[in-house]
Amino acid sequence: MSDPTKPNDPLLREHGRKGITRRGFLKGAGLTAAGTALLEGVQAFNSEAATSTNSEVTELGPGPVPVRLHVNGKEHAVSIEPRTTLAEALRIHLGMTGTKIICDRGACSGCTVWLDKVPVNSCMMLAVDAIGHEVTTIEGLSTESEPHPLQAAFVKHDAMQCGFCTPGMVMSCAALLEKNPHPSEHDVRHAIAGNLCRCGTYPRVFSATLEAAGNMRRA
Amino acid sequence: MVTHTNKNSLLQDAPPTRAENTDEKTVSMPIGVPGYTLRDEQREVPITEPPVWPINKDLKYVGKPYERLDGHAKVTGRARYTADVQLPGMLYAAFVNATLPHAKVVSVDTSAAERYPGVKGVHVIQHMLGGAVLRDPSLEQANYPVVRYAGQPIAAVAATTPYAAEDAAALVKVRYQPMEFVVDLDKARAANAPLVFPGPADQAGTAGGGGGPHNVPQTGNVHGPSIRKVGDVEQGFRSAEIVVEGHYTTQVQTHSALETHGVVADWKPDMLTVWASTQGTASVREELAGFFNIPMSQVRVITEFMGGGFGAKFGAGNAGVVAAALSKKTGAPVRLMLDRKEEHLSVGNRPSSDQMLRIGANNDGTISAIHLVSYGTAGCGTGAGCSGPATNLYKYAAIRTEDNDVFTNAGPGSAMRAPGHPPGDFALEQTIDELAVKLNQDPIAFRDVIDEHPVRKVERQIVRESDLWKSRNPMAGADRGPVKRGVGLAQSVWYRFVSMDSSAEVRIHKDGSLEVLSAVQDIGSGIRTVMAQILAEQFGVPPEQIAVRIGDTNYPVGPDSGGSVTTLSLTPAVRDAAWQASQKFLAEIGPAFGADAADLELVDGQVRSKSGKMQPVSFKRAAAKMKTEQIAVQSKRIPDYDRSKYLTYGGVDVAEVKVDTELGRVHVTRVLSVHDCGRPMNPSQVISQINGGIIQGISYTLFENRLLDPNYGLMVNPNLEQYKITGSRETPDIQVQLVEAYIGQSSTDASGIGEAAGIVSIGAAIGNAVYNALGVRIRQTPMTPAVVLAALNRPAQGGDLI
Repeated sequence: MSDPTKPNDPLLREHGRKGITRRGFLKGAGLTAAGTALLEGVQAFNSEAATSTNSEVTELGPGPVPVRLHVNGKEHAVSIEPRTTLAEALRIHLGMTGTKIICDRGACSGCTVWLDKVPVNSCMMLAVDAIGHEVTTIEGLSTESEPHPLQAAFVKHDAMQCGFCTPGMVMSCAALLEKNPHPSEHDVRHAIAGNLCRCGTYPRVFSATLEAAGNMRRA
Repeated sequence: MVTHTNKNSLLQDAPPTRAENTDEKTVSMPIGVPGYTLRDEQREVPITEPPVWPINKDLKYVGKPYERLDGHAKVTGRARYTADVQLPGMLYAAFVNATLPHAKVVSVDTSAAERYPGVKGVHVIQHMLGGAVLRDPSLEQANYPVVRYAGQPIAAVAATTPYAAEDAAALVKVRYQPMEFVVDLDKARAANAPLVFPGPADQAGTAGGGGGPHNVPQTGNVHGPSIRKVGDVEQGFRSAEIVVEGHYTTQVQTHSALETHGVVADWKPDMLTVWASTQGTASVREELAGFFNIPMSQVRVITEFMGGGFGAKFGAGNAGVVAAALSKKTGAPVRLMLDRKEEHLSVGNRPSSDQMLRIGANNDGTISAIHLVSYGTAGCGTGAGCSGPATNLYKYAAIRTEDNDVFTNAGPGSAMRAPGHPPGDFALEQTIDELAVKLNQDPIAFRDVIDEHPVRKVERQIVRESDLWKSRNPMAGADRGPVKRGVGLAQSVWYRFVSMDSSAEVRIHKDGSLEVLSAVQDIGSGIRTVMAQILAEQFGVPPEQIAVRIGDTNYPVGPDSGGSVTTLSLTPAVRDAAWQASQKFLAEIGPAFGADAADLELVDGQVRSKSGKMQPVSFKRAAAKMKTEQIAVQSKRIPDYDRSKYLTYGGVDVAEVKVDTELGRVHVTRVLSVHDCGRPMNPSQVISQINGGIIQGISYTLFENRLLDPNYGLMVNPNLEQYKITGSRETPDIQVQLVEAYIGQSSTDASGIGEAAGIVSIGAAIGNAVYNALGVRIRQTPMTPAVVLAALNRPAQGGDLI
C-alpha cells in the first residue's frame, strides 16, 4: 500500500506503486464515521462492525460490512467494503449497471443518481454515506410498462448515439424537471453542464428535455 | 483501410472487378441532388440485384427519421455494454503500468501480488501490441518489452474484487533501467535527440486507418518523408501569380470514448468467448486467434452495445490478450476494463502536426502548385500524415506532399475519426481562404473555380443562400467593440471505402416474423435501426417488428466500423438478402394461393397480385403457407456498380464566432453544416452524427490538448476535468442541412457520414471565422485564450476585404 506521507517520485528506479488512489487511501486509513445515519444503517443490520459502543467513533472495515441501501423504493442488504463507492455498490453488488462509471472522479456525471431526489455523482460518494437516504437510479425512473416522459422524448429526439452517457443525462434532466417544470434551453444547458457526451448529442438533449417539460405540464 | 488517401490509391484499393461471366442487366438509377441536379444514369448490375429504389421521398421506411430501435434500452439503462457484463465467478483484472517514459524492464516481481488475498492470477506481458515495431528486432535485446511511454502496460493482476486487483497491482515490483527520453516534437527531431527506437520502426494500420507508410527512410526519430508528387511543383510556383505560405500546428487529441477499452474474456477448452468494447468484432476475433494460435472458429466475440470508439477500438489490443491469458490461467472469466487515465495514455490518439503549406495560384483562381511538408508525432507509433485534404479537395496543376512521423516517448497514435484530415484541412482551408483574400475574391466564388465536386457545388449554393452566410460582413475585423463577430466556411472531403467483409442473413419464419443477422457492431451510428428499416421497406412491416441480431461473430461476418464504411458496405448486403428471401418466399407460398410468383409482390405488409387475380393476403397469413419453418438467405456485399465515379464526398461547414479580444476566448455561436452521404438511410441518425462531428471538432479546435510534462514525460491531464472536451455550455446552435446525393453505386446507394461530418472542416471554418472577426489569422490549435491574445499582439492586419 502506498505510503501517503511520501511523494510519488516517478523517477524511483524500483517502483511498483500506482501512487495514492482514493480507494487505497480510504482502505489504508480505515474508515471512521460518526454520522448517525451511518450508525443507524449498520446497527439496523445488527452488524458486528457497529458494536464499538465505548467510543464515540465507530470504525468500519477494511473488510466487507453488511449494510442496507434503499434503492428505487426497495431495501437491499449488501455486504461491501466501506471504501466502495455508491456507483460501484449499485453496479457490482446490486447489478444495476445502468449507472455508468466513466471518469470515476466526478468530472463527467455519467454516474448521476438521485439521493433524496437531488442528483449526485455516485462515483464521488461512498455507499455507506447513502445509508438512510433514498437512492433513485436510471432503473427506477420508469416503470416496466411506462417510460418516464423524458425517456420517451430522448428516444423521439434521438438524444443519444452510443448511449453511454445517456443514463446520466436522463437523470440530470429529469432532476431539472422535478425542480423546474418550465425550463428554458439555458436551464437545460446548465443542468447538464457537468454531463459529458463524447458523441456530441447535446443539441438533441436540449430539445428532448424542453419537449418533455411541455408534455409533462400538459399531462 | 488506407489512410494516405488519394484518388489513385482508392482505385488501386478498390475490390476486384466482378466476374465477366456474371449475368448482368442494365438499370436506370437516380443520380444527383433532388431539386438541383437529379437525373438518371444507366448502370450494368448483376441480374440478381433487387429493383432500383426511387429517391427517399418515394420510399416508406428507408430515408425516414425512424426512432432508434435500441433507444429505449439506452434511456432506461437496460442496454448492456461490455463494462456491464457480469458472469458467475468473474474475476476483475487491473494493469500494472510503467511509471517511466523510457526504460528497459530489468525484473518484474509478482510474488507479493500473488500472495494478496483474492488474487487468482498474475500475467506479465511478453509481447506488446500497438505502436511501431522495429524492422530489425535484433537491434534491441531485452527480457521484457521496452517501455517507450509512461503508462505502457507491463503486467496485470486478476482477483475476486476490483479492489483486490488494484491493491495487488500496486504490489507488483518492477525494476527499471531508465533511458533518456523525449516527448517534445521539436526536441525529438533535433540532432542528438534521445532515440525512441534504436532503428527504423513501422506501425501497421487498422480497419479504421491509422498506422503509417512503410518503406520510408528513418533518420533519428524522423520516420519519413513519405512523398507524393504530381506534376512539376517548382514550375508551378514559378508560374504562379500569387503564392501564400503558412505554418500551422495542431495538438495531440485523445479519443476519450466514454466507455474505455476493455473486454470480458471467458476461456473454455473449446471456445474463447470475449465481450469486447470494439468497433470490429471480426478484428478482435482475428487478433485473438492469431495471438493464441487457435482456430477463428473457436473464438466468439460479442458486442451488444458499445460506448464510443472514434477509431481507437480495433483488434483485441493488450487488454484483450491479457484478459484472455488470465482467463486461461485462472479458469474463470476475466474482466479487464481500462481506467480513464489508461484510456488517455495507452490506447491511441490523434497525432499532432506541424505543417508548412505553400500554395501558388493565378489571378483566374486556378491553383498552379501545392507543397506541403508535415511533421507530426504519433508517440511511439506512426500515422501523423495529413496530406489527404491537400491532395484530394481541389484541382491543381502540381502537388508535392512530404509527410513525416516523429517518434516521441508517448503512447502510440491510432486512427481517429478521419485520420489526418482535421489537421490537414485546418491548414489547407485557411490557406485557401487566405488566397481568396489576396485574390480579392469571395470565398465561395473562389472555391467554385477550384473545386470540381458536383455535390459540394450544390452545398456551397445552399450556404450562399443561407441567412448565416448572408449575415457575414466581408470586411475582416470590422466590429468595433471588444467582442468581435466573424463568419467563415471550410469544406471537407472523405472517401468511399467499401468493406467486402459485409454479409447479412435474413430469415422469414412461418409465423411471419422476420430476423436479420450480421456480426456488425452498432457503435452509436445506428446500423441496427437501418437494418430493420431495410427489411421494413422490403416486407412492408414496421421496423420495430424486425428482430435485428448483431454484434456477435456467430452471425455472418460484418464490416469493422471505421472510415465510415459500415452503412455503405453492409446495407446493400442486407437489402440483397431481404430481396432474395422475399422472392423465395413468394415462390414458396404462391402455389397455395393458385398464383404465379412473378405475379406476386409484397406491399405494405400484404402479398398482392399485380394482375389482381388474387385478393390481397396479409404477410403473416401468407407466411403460414410456407413449406418449411424458415426461409433464410445470406448475402454478401458485391462491388460498387461503377467504381470509376463518385469516389469522394464531403460537405461545407460554416461557423459563426464571437471572439472576446480582452479575454481571448473564442465562442462558436452558430454552425451551419451542409453535408451529403449518398442516400441518407435514416436522416435523424445522420444528423446526430453530424452534430457530433461538429461538437467534437469544436472541442479539438478550442479545448482539447494532451499535455506531457517535458521533465518527467508524464501526461499532466489524464482525466476529464483538465482534459477539457466540449460540454453543453460550449455547444453552438447547429443547423444541419442534409443533402441527398444519389450516386448509383449499390442497391441502397448509401455512403458513410462519420468522418465527413464536421470533424474534418469545422476547425478551418472556425479559423476562417476568427480571421473574419479579427483580421488576424490563428494557425494553431487549440485556440486557447493565450493563443488568441498572443495572436492579437501582432501588428494589426485588419481591414482586408475578402
